[in-house]
Amino acid sequence: MNLTVSYFAWLREHAGASEETLQSAAVTPAELWQELEGRYGFGADSSRLRVAVNDEFAAWDATLRDGDHIVFIPPVSGG
Amino acid sequence: MFRISSESIDAAALRDELADDSCGGFVAFEGWVRNHHEGRRVTGLEYEAYDALAVSEGKKIIAEARERFGASRVACVHRVGSLGLGEMAVWVGASAPHRDEAFAACRYVIDEVKLRVPVWKKEHYVEGDSDWVNCARCAEAGHRHIAAEADDRPTSPATETAPGGGSAAAQETPVRPGVRHG
Repeated sequence: MNLTVSYFAWLREHAGASEETLQSAAVTPAELWQELEGRYGFGADSSRLRVAVNDEFAAWDATLRDGDHIVFIPPVSGG
Repeated sequence: MFRISSESIDAAALRDELADDSCGGFVAFEGWVRNHHEGRRVTGLEYEAYDALAVSEGKKIIAEARERFGASRVACVHRVGSLGLGEMAVWVGASAPHRDEAFAACRYVIDEVKLRVPVWKKEHYVEGDSDWVNCARCAEAGHRHIAAEADDRPTSPATETAPGGGSAAAQETPVRPGVRHG
């Protein structure tokens, strides 16, 4: 399955890229996070993150589909 | 209207957009870049947004504010990019038939934006280093900018009208329940 992942803030800095397309067997955002955590060692507790799929907030156990765009969202700090 | 902008915010132009003959009250909030945060001297901020989701979530907040408080027109613009001290990071405005609705809608929008809209800020310090505010890794590690939050934040709304003019938004770390942010 081809997935596109975008990174923001310190996740972006840590991954060294704003976006990547990858092949993954992950079925849910939670599985994908585990995979990326293993690759990059973000060192973040996913319970503090949110996730968006195709520019909408999504559940960690949502079903991913080929071509989906996933964004892991660190705690926000706007304003 | 909710917008993410890489250009300076023109508050006067935004105010004009909210003018309405049926409205007797208008309230605006401006968040400014402050020169300190939790005991450290700050030289500037860098804001980054997940544009698509920031705009859709921001528009939801605007719609909620109008519906809940009966404000006629509500708008918010959030800056991204590098901002120097004193620059406006966020502008919220609400016009309504009466002042209560305008105050309530304005307050609601800034509070919810700080909690829900995917925008992040990085602080640059006098010493030359920098940090992402509210960084989850640092919370894990117990670093100061999360740990220090509880005893550092004002709880009284009165602090928001302190000299300098309502600039409390630019550097706070939003946390529910919403008594501290602003």
